[in-house]
Amino acid sequence: MKNLSKYLATRILLTIPMLLILLTVVFLVLRVLPGDPISAMLGDHAPPAYVAEKKHELGLDKPIWQQYGEYLWQLAHFDLGRSMILNEDVIAPVLEKLPATIELTFVSLLVALAIGVTLGAWAAKHRRSPGDYAARLYGNIVYCIPVFWMGLLLQMIFGVGLDWLPVAGRVGSRVITSDFEMTGFYLFDTLAKGDIGAFTDVGLHLILPALTLGVTLSGIFLRLTRANMLDSLKSDFVLAARARGLSETKVVYGHALGNAFVPVLTMLGLEFAVLLAGAILTETTFSWPGMGRLLLERIYLRDYPTVQGVIVIFALFVSLISLIVDIVHALIDPRVKY
Amino acid sequence: MSPTTDKLRPPTPAGLLGRGLNAFSLAGKKYGAEWYIFLAGLLIVCFMIFMTLFPWLFTSFNPSDQNAGPQLAAPAGVHLMGTDNLGRDIWSRMVWGAQTILGVAFAAALMSSFIGIPLGLLSGFVGGPLDRVLSLTMDSIYSFPGLILAIAFAAMLGPGVVNITLAVAVIYIPTYFRLVRGQTISIREELYVEAAQVLGAKRWTILGRYIFPNVIATTVVIFSVNIADAIMTEAALSYIGLGLPAGIPDWGMDLSMGKKFLPSGSWWLITFPGMMIMILALGFTLLGEGLAELLNPKLLEK
Repeated sequence: MKNLSKYLATRILLTIPMLLILLTVVFLVLRVLPGDPISAMLGDHAPPAYVAEKKHELGLDKPIWQQYGEYLWQLAHFDLGRSMILNEDVIAPVLEKLPATIELTFVSLLVALAIGVTLGAWAAKHRRSPGDYAARLYGNIVYCIPVFWMGLLLQMIFGVGLDWLPVAGRVGSRVITSDFEMTGFYLFDTLAKGDIGAFTDVGLHLILPALTLGVTLSGIFLRLTRANMLDSLKSDFVLAARARGLSETKVVYGHALGNAFVPVLTMLGLEFAVLLAGAILTETTFSWPGMGRLLLERIYLRDYPTVQGVIVIFALFVSLISLIVDIVHALIDPRVKY
Repeated sequence: MSPTTDKLRPPTPAGLLGRGLNAFSLAGKKYGAEWYIFLAGLLIVCFMIFMTLFPWLFTSFNPSDQNAGPQLAAPAGVHLMGTDNLGRDIWSRMVWGAQTILGVAFAAALMSSFIGIPLGLLSGFVGGPLDRVLSLTMDSIYSFPGLILAIAFAAMLGPGVVNITLAVAVIYIPTYFRLVRGQTISIREELYVEAAQVLGAKRWTILGRYIFPNVIATTVVIFSVNIADAIMTEAALSYIGLGLPAGIPDWGMDLSMGKKFLPSGSWWLITFPGMMIMILALGFTLLGEGLAELLNPKLLEK
């Protein structure tokens, strides 16, 4: 355990330069490329004197290295700064939108894992059968379906055509969110308040976006699981389990899948980045009030601090997930040594 | 006549064709399903490239002609895929739109490989602090959702074909870097490289003549898969509305236009552009996967 904590300390320390590099790239992209919040707000024909005054007010007339230094100084004090467009701290919209994105990504991840791991394990078990090829084809096809197109198709079929499910937002117009809102995770909040009607409503709104994102990502998990299952099925412990006379189901879905899942888990950190990118597109398609929409809204307005803040939070989120994955990996796999 | 002299004769066209077909079916038997995956991919890709090069062979409508037909007409008759809200023929927009997405994806993949491959070679070969700094930078970008960076770039650069290409290219540099760096490090230790070193070959000769040719073979596979990813990213950017100025036919832009007419039940507006994106990306994925299995079965499993 001592080695583990040492390893984790190194891991946490390593995320700092990674965050710093990302931030620097984004900072340079935002500040060096053309456009700024003033011209986004006032257009190109604003009086130059007024523009200059506004720029001075926001500190945009300082040399870029100074702006960069000041921003880092702020961040080091856990301060994301203030918006350049609206009269608010960056942290306010972020805290408001983050739960929506987390709720969407986690439910989607569950969908993707459920479909991907089941199909992948089954395909590996029935290697080179027609079913195996069908599963792999499914994996390749859903991987190539653009997330937003999948969203539009589901909206068209289940929303417009059949009129079964809502296609926009997190709750229906008759549900008043302030009645139950506590953490911002609506599934949790409505359940905690015992408001079953609202819980159902929230759940129904989540189905199409989560299916959209989950199904498109299931292809990656299918491929990963299948490849690892094939290795795992060839290994000695599977042979040993068979020799002990365990049932085939137990051997395949207990022993082999249990071991094949470990590499899938370690890939989860990287796949989470793909999931977040997909979440942005899903949010746009389903008018989901999350971080992706916040990012897009503010990037048009050139609201530098908010855009940077959203990206910092995304980066932290990705690092946190990969850290958790590593910890879980170390805990469940006794072979892991650091 | 002995078989040896027979082989020395120049081959007749019919003989060549027979030999080709023979090799074709033999490959199918030898490699099994992978061979057909590869062929399916190749077929899609070749068809799409052909359509990109000679779009006028596929449609007689101008993709920007607002008088091509009635507005929002369902697929029927001369309008294979119907018309959009401005009365433009959708099939012609699909045909001409292939140029945009394929051009951007191909140029972006080329650009990122032109930057990623030399950096990866250098980093893997030289090692030391340079390698550490480059690797850390590339890993940071790689582990972050690429689309978000592309969005930032595209939004700041503004709409334009060159700009969207740049935005897509930037996020795939680490893909090539990581692959090439890893390969360079393992090839650096090979016996033939050591032999060249012992024989007094210069560092640059070793890098250029011994390591580079061995690395480049595997990048071909990644290149194909990468184009598929670039296609999806281009489509995503233009769907969001960040990619291209109006007037250029583009599948992603058509999708976001069609989205507005979804409640009215105009299903053809969103069905066909999305299907085209999927088929094009699928073609490059299958091609890449088939190539990988045929050339080196271990590559894509990593």
